[in-house]
Amino acid sequence: MSSSEKKYTILPFGPQHPVLPEPIQLTLKCDEEKVVDVNVNLGYVHRGIERAGELNDYKRNVYLVSRVCGICNFMHSLCYCMAIEKLMDLRIPERANYLRVFWAELNRVESHLLWLGLFADAMGFESLFMQFWREREFIMDLQEKTGGNRIITGTNNIIGGVNRDINGELVDDVERTLTKLRGRVKALEPVITKDPTFKKRTVGKGYLPRDLAVKLGAVGPTARGSDIRTDVRMEGYAAYGELEFEPVVEKDGDSYARVLVRFYETLQSIDIMLRVINTLRKMENGPIFVKPKEWPDGETISRVEQPRGELFYYVKANGTPYLERLKIKTPTLSNLPPLLAMLPGSELADVPVIVLSIDPCIACAERYVKIGKGGE
Amino acid sequence: MPFMLPIIIKNLLSKPFTVKYPFEKREPLPKHKGQIEFDMSKCDLCQDCERLCPSVAIKVYPNAKVIEYDPFKCIYCHLCVQICMQIAIKGYTVYTPPSYVKEVKIFKQE
Repeated sequence: MSSSEKKYTILPFGPQHPVLPEPIQLTLKCDEEKVVDVNVNLGYVHRGIERAGELNDYKRNVYLVSRVCGICNFMHSLCYCMAIEKLMDLRIPERANYLRVFWAELNRVESHLLWLGLFADAMGFESLFMQFWREREFIMDLQEKTGGNRIITGTNNIIGGVNRDINGELVDDVERTLTKLRGRVKALEPVITKDPTFKKRTVGKGYLPRDLAVKLGAVGPTARGSDIRTDVRMEGYAAYGELEFEPVVEKDGDSYARVLVRFYETLQSIDIMLRVINTLRKMENGPIFVKPKEWPDGETISRVEQPRGELFYYVKANGTPYLERLKIKTPTLSNLPPLLAMLPGSELADVPVIVLSIDPCIACAERYVKIGKGGE
Repeated sequence: MPFMLPIIIKNLLSKPFTVKYPFEKREPLPKHKGQIEFDMSKCDLCQDCERLCPSVAIKVYPNAKVIEYDPFKCIYCHLCVQICMQIAIKGYTVYTPPSYVKEVKIFKQE
């Protein structure tokens, strides 16, 4: 090596790092304090869920896919059930569709509050972290009251609807808690929007321009933070078609914009839940599930908006209780290329904040990927 | 930090949000999915629960008239409670206590 050639430091970020809840390795090529290049290494928590889904029968899979991700467990089972129901040509009762929206939004609020807390923790804002997690406790209590468990509620019926109803006194109870929670989350708005400590660590960090976000296929709040109006809920699956709302979009494309998107989405989701609860109260008590008639046959896809972005399921069945192929694509996998584009040019101390700003859920994203020669 | 201060001061002057665990225990909520128990006087040993259990925690031996239930394999989804035609499985709201040995519970029909 000639003495004129520039030398770089190679720093491994992870797989075990205080800011990362799950193992992923980022190899950072640094020029002193500045990140020049970055490479990602996945595969530390591969669990073989897709293969297990082919060995289980299709009914047991509802409980298996709920465990792909703990935080958005209902979304996974919803996406899988929607795919199988499409194959069986089942019509889900209206009440079940509204209940599905309710639990899906409950999961979204839970995930966003968890992430807002973790994000505050990553930049050393401990009191805000504690505050967000304290508000999250109300959501966990609601999950236990309505679904029966604090995290994995398992309220999607084995294909064809849901297995728990919300009626009677529970409706008023849920409405009271949600109204109370909305006020408490709203009280934290000045901290997010005005606090100089918060802004100093996030504004302008991890910039992702709109055209690059489109090109690299960013999804969810990462894309919406870069001024892309994308939300799978707008397609109107379950009962979303009847609940009119606008996706939250921010223009700046930095970490701060992504924080704002998630914060305002939390408030929006609570509003959607309140509207769903009101509809449930007016609606007459009716059936909440239909029984499947035959075994699934054929192939289909299904998409759901997860807290982190678009969730995609591909199901291929052959007329037996066992599926031929179950393919899961989680939003974190789609958001990794944008992350790699955000990091070069940033300071080393900002790397944890930028990595967390896409809300990485590594264990969900671990799938078998075959890469050909030359990265094909 | 300045915008967080009013909330911090309010928290300082209000009651603690947490429960003092060993002295004060949190009661499970009425719809909680907890322990399950088989009522063998009602059970007709049809094996529906065994077929559908997502975590293979239930084993039914129709000839010996015995049901083996592993509470440490169970994921407490209460699917068996929901599908049992004879209403022979009862779901409680109590958590399963931790244990030193992973024991299988055996229910025998007289």
